[in-house]
Amino acid sequence: MKHLPVKNQTAGSCENGCSRRQFASIASAAAAGFLLTGCGPRRLREMPKQRLRQALDEMEREYAAKRGMAVKVADTPPLPDVLFGYALDLSRCIGCRRCVYACVEENNQSRDPQLHWIRVLQMEKEKGVDFRHANPYYDPPKVPEEGHFYVPVACQQCRNPPCVKTCPTGATWMEPDGIVVIDYDWCIGCRCCMAACPYGARHFNWAEPSIPTSELNPATHYLGNRPRPKGVVEKCTFCIQRVRKGRYPACVEVCPAGARKFGNLLDKDSEIRYIIENKRVLVLKQELNTLPKFFYFYGT
Amino acid sequence: MTRLALVGLLLVALGALALDEAPRGAPTATPPVGAGAAQEHPEVPPPPFSEGIFPCSGCHADLKPNRTRRVLTEMHDDIQLRHDEQHRWCLDCHDATDRDWLHLASGERVPFEESYRLCGQCHGEKLRDWRAGVHGRRTGEWNGHKRYLLCAHCHNPHAPRFQALEPKPAPLPPTRPGS
Amino acid sequence: MSFVRRFMRFVHGSVRLVLSGNRLYWAWIAVLLAMIGSGVYAYLEQLGTGLALTSMRDPVSWGFYIGNFTFLVGVAAAAVVLVIPAYVYDWKPIREIVIIGELLAVSAIVMCMLFVMVDIGRPDRFWHLIPPWGHLNLPSSILAWDSVVLNAYLVVNFVVVTHILYRAFCRRHYEKRLVVPLVLLSIPMAVGIHTVTAFLYNGLAARPYWNSSILAPQFLASAFCSGPAILLVVLQLLRRFTRFEIKDEAIWKIAELMAYAMFLNLFLHGVEAFKEYYSDTEHLLYTQYWFQGLGQHRTLVPYAWTAVALNLTAFVLFILPAARRNPLTLNLGCLATYSGCYIEKGMGLIIPGFTPDTLGEIYRYAPSITELRVAAGVFAVGFLVFTLMLRVAVPISLGEFQDQEGPELKARAPAIA
Repeated sequence: MKHLPVKNQTAGSCENGCSRRQFASIASAAAAGFLLTGCGPRRLREMPKQRLRQALDEMEREYAAKRGMAVKVADTPPLPDVLFGYALDLSRCIGCRRCVYACVEENNQSRDPQLHWIRVLQMEKEKGVDFRHANPYYDPPKVPEEGHFYVPVACQQCRNPPCVKTCPTGATWMEPDGIVVIDYDWCIGCRCCMAACPYGARHFNWAEPSIPTSELNPATHYLGNRPRPKGVVEKCTFCIQRVRKGRYPACVEVCPAGARKFGNLLDKDSEIRYIIENKRVLVLKQELNTLPKFFYFYGT
Repeated sequence: MTRLALVGLLLVALGALALDEAPRGAPTATPPVGAGAAQEHPEVPPPPFSEGIFPCSGCHADLKPNRTRRVLTEMHDDIQLRHDEQHRWCLDCHDATDRDWLHLASGERVPFEESYRLCGQCHGEKLRDWRAGVHGRRTGEWNGHKRYLLCAHCHNPHAPRFQALEPKPAPLPPTRPGS
Repeated sequence: MSFVRRFMRFVHGSVRLVLSGNRLYWAWIAVLLAMIGSGVYAYLEQLGTGLALTSMRDPVSWGFYIGNFTFLVGVAAAAVVLVIPAYVYDWKPIREIVIIGELLAVSAIVMCMLFVMVDIGRPDRFWHLIPPWGHLNLPSSILAWDSVVLNAYLVVNFVVVTHILYRAFCRRHYEKRLVVPLVLLSIPMAVGIHTVTAFLYNGLAARPYWNSSILAPQFLASAFCSGPAILLVVLQLLRRFTRFEIKDEAIWKIAELMAYAMFLNLFLHGVEAFKEYYSDTEHLLYTQYWFQGLGQHRTLVPYAWTAVALNLTAFVLFILPAARRNPLTLNLGCLATYSGCYIEKGMGLIIPGFTPDTLGEIYRYAPSITELRVAAGVFAVGFLVFTLMLRVAVPISLGEFQDQEGPELKARAPAIA
């Protein structure tokens, strides 16, 4: 394009076009600079500790305003030299579903629409572990039912997670202690991860989640059980708010049959390592090479 | 000459003893794999006695033990024994001379707080797993203080098999909007 | 500033063109606007309540929206069926009309992006996909790749089309050094967009129905017959309602190419069916659900066989030269191709992939009223964009809409081609 003639070179005394152009270029550079750098990283994963804590304090204020009660959002970091593992004893699970509801209460899952992180599948003893003939809707007066056994399934916390691979925005990742987490403020709700998960472990908030305030668990972690918004994906986080403080996940503690075991895979003296060494463990859908950290075994 | 030979032999024997490093008398313990954190005497809550039943010596101190195998009719008839009852009865576990104790097969007395040692005589694998923290309901801290329960806290020692439970509600199957 | 004034004349002239038309034109626009209005209203409801207003649930977490998205990526890729004869073989009959294909590609990509927007749970966060403010999980996320290549394809086609048309408006020839490389680039890009979209499904080991290498070639085959089906109808309409000249040979050649594409489509479906039925593993379940149903769950079976019948009919109609040349059988063939491919790429791809789900559950998915209204609205937006672009492009191509003012050029502008 042809440039407008410039009468003299001193700043401020250009023709109209010149100073307007100067201003426009400076303004756009400043805006670009601000947008590129001034706002800083938006993903919770990338925020420096100080900014993260500010963001979480903001969340706490929002929850308090919405719920009328104090909700703590912790940012407990992973413990060093820890890789969490889980083992479930298939010879002991009786399908009572107490783990399902303990999880719902501990992790603030929506009551309406109903959302469960754990799904207990009733299978037939004669067919063995066979997903084609699995039934999650069993409802007899008493369990266990004759001729059946039970396989609870939740997030397997894979070491080679297909969900993390497919997420287009990087809203889900594996933490150093092995827990696969979701940044609920970054997830766009595209549900690629749900299509990718071979275990049906991821769940979507199809509508606004609702939890009665009297049942809200106020001890939350920003990557775990803090109340989620509509339109994002959620899943089991091994009770990150508990395990990073040394406690067991809620499902482990509530199981009346003692079928659930948990520990640090890197600790040779842990229960989970004892099970791997002394019992025979297996994983679901092994041929998919997801390398779950959730093992199943037969205790007796 | 023979005296010298005897002393020499003694010296050789002593030398052999000295070289042998295994301490005599103490059993060579091979702890189960991965049970390094297992405790010899885990801390457990008090045994789940029925209301007012303990100490048993309150009644039994004055009673003469009747070692005849039988089904009890005068007292403790509320106990349904369904635990290898073809071959066992009360005094195979409860100490005949002092009812405040249990006893092992060797006759050694164990307190009710260590009843797991009694159960472990037949259920050795379960005992090993329990000590490692793998058998039984797990509460406490995975990297710190684990809380143990006695066998009797979950299993009724007289009828240990678990009863069937009422399951919690089934999940709601997904439905289309408007249906 | 004369270029700005000329551009304003172009805008002004285009607006005048768009706002002038006969009753049929206005009836068409009115229908489209009504559908868009209904779609916007339904979408606002969906935004308020959440995706619960659709029939998608955890077992079938993608449905009508993504099915349409997949189909339309194919339609966008199908521009290549015109571009190759036009630019690689320099075949005049198609060279004259290739711009229509490129306009269809642009409209189709617009619809694709809208379908993704209406499907995601948090459309307010779509900027999370745009670096540097957002973050694209490259190289591992296929959807991230898809958003890159789809946008790139849109830009390439848009630049080519607007450049050619605007230059023609200015009575100048288009810049060969810009257009030809871009157009030639658009050929592998067309193959690329549909391959990447196929990879979106293909790469998911969790879904055995999709986890088959045949998916990408099969997508391309069905794209190359369903896209041109729309084009053939549009070309005939243009011939009928405008002075735009389209040679018969162009139409017949496109129909012939569609026949080969349909053959490949049928062949690839056939070999996939063989592998499933012969190997008879657990993976057969999904194909069985589609063709035979599982137990009492037989919702999709009529659609499966209808699609097969439609595709076979279309193949026969297009492979016979006499049938290609007869306008009735030609249009029946176009309708059969479009419907057959739409069914087998929409419900025949998405739903059996999710049914039974990973834990064996069968959820009966059928699009809800909200989904149908929103999808109709998106289609209407695409058709509106296409109509408006044609409304300006055809007069430019015919030399009727040109810049009357401005510096005289040495020669009259040549035709678009």
